[in-house]
Amino acid sequence: MDWSTIYIIWLRDIIRYVRQRSRLYSSFARPILWLFILGMGLRPSFQAIQGFNYTQYIFPGIIAMTLIFTSIQSAISIIWDREFGFLKEILVAPVPRTAIALGKAFAGSTLSIIQGTVMLLFAPLVKVPIVWHQILLLIPAMFLISFALTGIGIIIASRMTSFEGFGTIMNFLVMPMFFLSGAMFPVSGLPAWLKTIIYINPLSYGVDLLRRILLGISTFPIIVDCGFLLAFSTVVIFLAILFFNRGAY
Amino acid sequence: MIKVEDLAKNFNGLWAVDGISFEVNEGEIFGFLGPNGAGKTTTIRILCTLLQPSRGQAWISGFDVLKAAKEVRRSIGIIFQDPSLDDRLTAYENLKFHAIIYKVPRKERSARIDQVLEMAELKDRRNSLVRYFSGGMKRRLEIARGLLHEPKVLFLDEPTLGLDPQTRNRIWDYLHTLRSTKNITLFLTTHYMDEAENCNRIAVIDYGKIIALDTPNNLKRMVKGDVITVRTENDDLAQKELGEKYQVTVQCDSSGLHFEMENGEEFVPKLLKHAEIPITAVSVRRPTLDDVFLKLTGREIRSEIASDKDQLRLRVRRIRGMT
Repeated sequence: MDWSTIYIIWLRDIIRYVRQRSRLYSSFARPILWLFILGMGLRPSFQAIQGFNYTQYIFPGIIAMTLIFTSIQSAISIIWDREFGFLKEILVAPVPRTAIALGKAFAGSTLSIIQGTVMLLFAPLVKVPIVWHQILLLIPAMFLISFALTGIGIIIASRMTSFEGFGTIMNFLVMPMFFLSGAMFPVSGLPAWLKTIIYINPLSYGVDLLRRILLGISTFPIIVDCGFLLAFSTVVIFLAILFFNRGAY
Repeated sequence: MIKVEDLAKNFNGLWAVDGISFEVNEGEIFGFLGPNGAGKTTTIRILCTLLQPSRGQAWISGFDVLKAAKEVRRSIGIIFQDPSLDDRLTAYENLKFHAIIYKVPRKERSARIDQVLEMAELKDRRNSLVRYFSGGMKRRLEIARGLLHEPKVLFLDEPTLGLDPQTRNRIWDYLHTLRSTKNITLFLTTHYMDEAENCNRIAVIDYGKIIALDTPNNLKRMVKGDVITVRTENDDLAQKELGEKYQVTVQCDSSGLHFEMENGEEFVPKLLKHAEIPITAVSVRRPTLDDVFLKLTGREIRSEIASDKDQLRLRVRRIRGMT
């Protein structure tokens, strides 16, 4: 395996992220909006869910939201690189494309973990207590989730040749994936058709895993969460490498 | 160094490259001259293993472009038509990235980066973000980057497109220095006639086919004689005399008598020796490559940019070059 290539592709994305502070700030705007405005607004109308109020309940979901947006956006930067020519510099080099795709996937996951961890700063504000060992558990969980999501992003970027389809992807993939993950409401008591969709949505298991670590409540057994996510990331990364290898540039 | 046999590429029923064959020697500056859409970039992309040809074969430095892509990629450097730097990184970071993906040994990395930066006269901008570079500086950095892994062949796709004349000259000085110090082979495409003059040999390409291949001087000699202008003490008599003696059409205007003659420079002594009417001034103008292209294709090569996409590309380059 070409580790030096994976490393430099990863490092470049990290450097770019650090230099673009605006990206860091703006990435907080969305979750804050959802957590404090939507969450606070809806809280009085909801009864406690398994002993937690509404903002507490959706807090893990908001972290999942940060992960999904950061991951997909990070992978989509491949399209940006294609538009601005840098992708050619990478693709013409004597390195396997698999290493390039993996570098991108690791970079996207790293950035998602950073963003997700920073979101934990808001935990005291919504009265979700956090202990150190929780953070140690959260990091691998966030990695598992974002690695798979970055893979989805790479698949999209390999098929998409311009930014015109970007809005479509956000509206028809990212938002539904988020809404149908149980991030904003509990799964129990939903009609069967909705439940089915949630059960096949990989993000549901991610949200469940985060909620288990942060609040100690869950819908699925831990083995199902981890197993599903692990299987899903493997398949998605495999497909991402395949698509990225096949893509014409 | 480069060998191409019957190379062709079909895009949706259209032959972008239509059976071309040529060889480029080591240390040569070889130019592909042709209008937009003639198949220049497609050829480069096939030679750089970025595109599969529909038929034909090509070798670079002995490696088969189709079968040994990795070895080919290691032995070539490419300067793309469009900018391909990461402008959020510094000059040094762009070069380091390149050094790592091209497996330049760690020990040699920083020495080589310094060396190419010096050659590109960008040493003092080492740690500046590329987005603040001018168009010419970006181009020089790209060329420097292309040389970092010490390729045997450097491909340059329209290396000076959209740059002003001074910058173009500077880039050419840089390329000539490079060739003389490193014995590197340069393969470039252009639709600028004056740029093609820098090449040792030129292949004129049109509609995917090579319609002529020779040195710039031979090309010009091949299609047309030189344009000779003479002034005499009696233009009317001289016009008659020249026309009868050399079977040429002589045109007369206020600046003198004009006619075309092959190997004009060799003709002048003869002309002077045998002239009955005293000649007061002679000038010989060589035909330009523009004349060559016109003669070969019946069209003028358009140096202005034709398609919308090219317009956009140029504009993007100008905007990015300005900051």
